[in-house]
Amino acid sequence: MSLLWLRFALGCYFVGLVYAFVALSRTSDLFSRIALHAASLGMVFHFVSLTELFLSGQVVWASVHNGESLLAFLSMTFFMVIYTIYKTTSPGVVVFPVVFFLTFVAAVDQQPVLLTAFVSHKGWLIAHIMLIFTGYAALLVSFGASILYLVQERRLKAKKPTSLIGFLPALEVIDQIGYRSLLLGFPFMTLGLITGSVVAITAPSIGRVDFLDPKILLSVLMWAVYMLMVFTRWNSGWRGRRAAFLATSAVVAALAAWAANYFSAMHRFIS
Amino acid sequence: MRFQLIGVNHKSAPLEVRERLAIPESRLPDTCRELTAYPGIEEGTVISTCNRVEVVTHTTNGHADLRGFLHEHFHLKPEELDAHLYELREKDAVRHLFRVAASLDSMVVGEAQILGQVKEAYATARAVGAVRGQLDQLFSRAFAVAKRVRSETAVGSSSVSIASVAVELAKKIFGTLQGKNVFIVGAGKMSELAARHLMAHGCGSIFVANRTYERAIGLAQKFDGQAIRFEDLYATCDRADIVITSTGAPHAIFRREHGEQFLSRRKNRPMFFIDIAVPRDVSPEMAKLDGIFAYDIDDLQQAVTSHVADRRKEAERAEAIIASEVEKFEARISTLDVVPTIVSLQDHLETIRQAEIDRVRGRMGQLTPEQEIAIEALTRGIINKVMHTPITTLKSAAKESEATTIVDVVKRLFNLQVKGKEPAAQSATKKEEVGTRQ
Repeated sequence: MSLLWLRFALGCYFVGLVYAFVALSRTSDLFSRIALHAASLGMVFHFVSLTELFLSGQVVWASVHNGESLLAFLSMTFFMVIYTIYKTTSPGVVVFPVVFFLTFVAAVDQQPVLLTAFVSHKGWLIAHIMLIFTGYAALLVSFGASILYLVQERRLKAKKPTSLIGFLPALEVIDQIGYRSLLLGFPFMTLGLITGSVVAITAPSIGRVDFLDPKILLSVLMWAVYMLMVFTRWNSGWRGRRAAFLATSAVVAALAAWAANYFSAMHRFIS
Repeated sequence: MRFQLIGVNHKSAPLEVRERLAIPESRLPDTCRELTAYPGIEEGTVISTCNRVEVVTHTTNGHADLRGFLHEHFHLKPEELDAHLYELREKDAVRHLFRVAASLDSMVVGEAQILGQVKEAYATARAVGAVRGQLDQLFSRAFAVAKRVRSETAVGSSSVSIASVAVELAKKIFGTLQGKNVFIVGAGKMSELAARHLMAHGCGSIFVANRTYERAIGLAQKFDGQAIRFEDLYATCDRADIVITSTGAPHAIFRREHGEQFLSRRKNRPMFFIDIAVPRDVSPEMAKLDGIFAYDIDDLQQAVTSHVADRRKEAERAEAIIASEVEKFEARISTLDVVPTIVSLQDHLETIRQAEIDRVRGRMGQLTPEQEIAIEALTRGIINKVMHTPITTLKSAAKESEATTIVDVVKRLFNLQVKGKEPAAQSATKKEEVGTRQ
């Protein structure tokens, strides 16, 4: 039943995906409203799906697909928070396709991909997953904002009059969305890595943190780039191209850390 | 529809004529009263703005002497005024008012101010009872049409002056202008205008630098700002988010190295340069820096031109909306014209029905409840069937030119006395009143 709700959510998110592609070429208030309502409805289905999974007692926290579903839901929550504050759907151009992809994989491919780690403290594991995924969602939004900033900056520099009637919010608003997401996500990511270390140390099958393990190494690298982004922004006010470059690096590092789940000895996927 | 409209606007009359016709707000109620007391006018109001003075009326026969009213009211001779006047009737008057309210007849098409001014004219006339029936309906519809035009077209969405384009661009960069600082470099008229626009949109402090320090002080005082010595320009310019520059310098005064300094001191917060100097004050190299947005006079002018063209295109769509709304309004008002006759016909037949039932009751004595119900149903059914065709004919004829003839025929056939004063009688009464006053 949980899977059925997830598939309903996927249908709703598909509207968001179409919006993301259409918004690249032309703008429509009506369509953005439709996409917003569809995304909200999708979130309701998604929440029901996650709640049902949790209440059924069959939740496997270390299942990759459950993780993807949770990450999609958290990213959507982030998007909605931004919409509530700034009344703009434009971050959806980046968020909607990612959310759709994550939900699609979770809803369609139901091979029980699990992580090898067997842990003794379930509470730490739950905290680790929630914190890391919230950090990922914030990073995703921050990355989206830095891309939108670049686009808006280019449009303003191009001095094409039609660019004045764009669907993108003002440059400073996009900047605020990106910076606030970054600031909010950083503590979550940091605490997520700390709880992950606790999980590793307390797990009977692991018992230590091996910094040479690809998963650990890439996760630390991602955190370092994340910290660099926060620092350069706070210290020198990096925006535009440089900020987009750093955000892209952080996202690439995050993807690499995810891919490392196939090579890691400590944090590995098995089918 | 007996609407009549007369007036002058920015296209038909020069400013000197419009000035003589302008009616101050305080005198509008009295003018409306005078208007409705004028022979042949049932309802009326006056729209008086800097670009137009228009008298909108509903008359008793569609041929009131509105020119005469203007001559009398403004004490102007026909030769002074008539050449500048336009006079519209019925459908044309309706269309014109719709166009005015929707800002399609404005000097700056799409400007929002006119709708507020029309609403004020309507409210004033309504308050003194000069607008109540048909004109009330006309104005209510005009406001709805204006709203429709605004929501369904982009006719009012883009700015059309250099100053307003500059404000729009600044908003695209900073979102809100609240608390943003403005730096004027070179105290020219155009810079002053742009600064005034920016301040009106919430900008915070203003700094002024000019080669002649005294002129900087003079301009700064106008905005309650701060004058800066020209030699301190580069040391202080980064305090501003928006820089309006219009010096007469023969070469660029803002170069790449200055831009880099400003950005470094501002921690890369963006700066917007409005460069209205010829030759330009901001070098193209500086404009390439991330975080520096520089628009020169050509860029701004291009934006203005493009917005005007956009508005023209949107105005065509708006005209189509207005044409369809005029048709709808005409059909609705025409139907309203036959409503009194229909009501009168219904009353007449109902009186006959009741009289006949009473007669039957008198002849047959006390009726049982069942008999009462049967008689009620029978008579009502007959009346409804008899009424159906005349009512349908009246409603459909309402939209045709023959409406008055058919209404007259129905009245004569059934010997109807339509409730309320007849227009002609009303007019005669009013003429008598006016005559007595004179």
